[in-house]
Amino acid sequence: MSFLIFFLCGVAGGLLGGMGMGGGTALIPLLTVVCGVPQAAAQGVNLAAFLPMSVFALAVHEKNGLLKKEGLLWMIAPALLFSVLFSLLASALPAHALKSGFGVFLVVLSLFEVRSALLPARGKNSAKKVA
Amino acid sequence: MQALSGEIRKKGKFFLGKRKLFLRRRGEGTSSPLFFRPDMKHKAVYLFGGAAVGAANGLFGGGGGMIAVPILKGAGRSARSAHATAIAVILPASAVSALVYLLGGNIPLAVFLPVALGVLSGGFFGAKLLVRVPQRAVTFAFALLMLAAGLRMLFP
Repeated sequence: MSFLIFFLCGVAGGLLGGMGMGGGTALIPLLTVVCGVPQAAAQGVNLAAFLPMSVFALAVHEKNGLLKKEGLLWMIAPALLFSVLFSLLASALPAHALKSGFGVFLVVLSLFEVRSALLPARGKNSAKKVA
Repeated sequence: MQALSGEIRKKGKFFLGKRKLFLRRRGEGTSSPLFFRPDMKHKAVYLFGGAAVGAANGLFGGGGGMIAVPILKGAGRSARSAHATAIAVILPASAVSALVYLLGGNIPLAVFLPVALGVLSGGFFGAKLLVRVPQRAVTFAFALLMLAAGLRMLFP
């Protein structure tokens, strides 16, 4: 039974993640709030569960010609370094602090998302004007 | 440019990926250096953006993509291309983070297996939907859902 519920949480997260919309931010609260998984474990599961999916999603996007990689190493290198440092911090933090922190992160992210969904795509428009 | 972007949209898949090349060929690339010429400012945005992505993704075990996407959009990618390319940043970052979580005993197998299977099957459809779905509507609905989840975690 719990296998099925975990599976369905994964499907929901995977759908959003495959669209590059941060399925993890959906999967983690699903696991903690609905299934009662501890925060750090939900985060670890989320990170690992998206690895095989990301490889496939990346391949599909590449096939669809959506990938634009130039200059990307400048972003990947610091991302790797800070990933290690802050993953260590996450396992050192007490559970309730991590959960509250994640709650704040989620609220901030969602407000940004609402804003970007309501505003017209600024970057796109200015680019059109320039060209 | 209006006509051009219409053309790009019509031919979708092919030109989205080769937009830069396409514009250059038409002699329009040089008129928008902000878009295509990598410079110091560009690199700084990538460096700090990458650091923020890694920090958030490591600390909160996800959500790095939601930071990476606007950065990649700002660097001149289309919304769809930014969403796709973000995965190329998140994948290696998540891999090293997952390793740290694993070593810390924070990946229970009984949860991981069903969730990973679910994510894999959901992900296939998600990736296919990306080229078809009304991006803005989905983003908006998803953001509201996230807001509710975040508030629920802060005030249980």
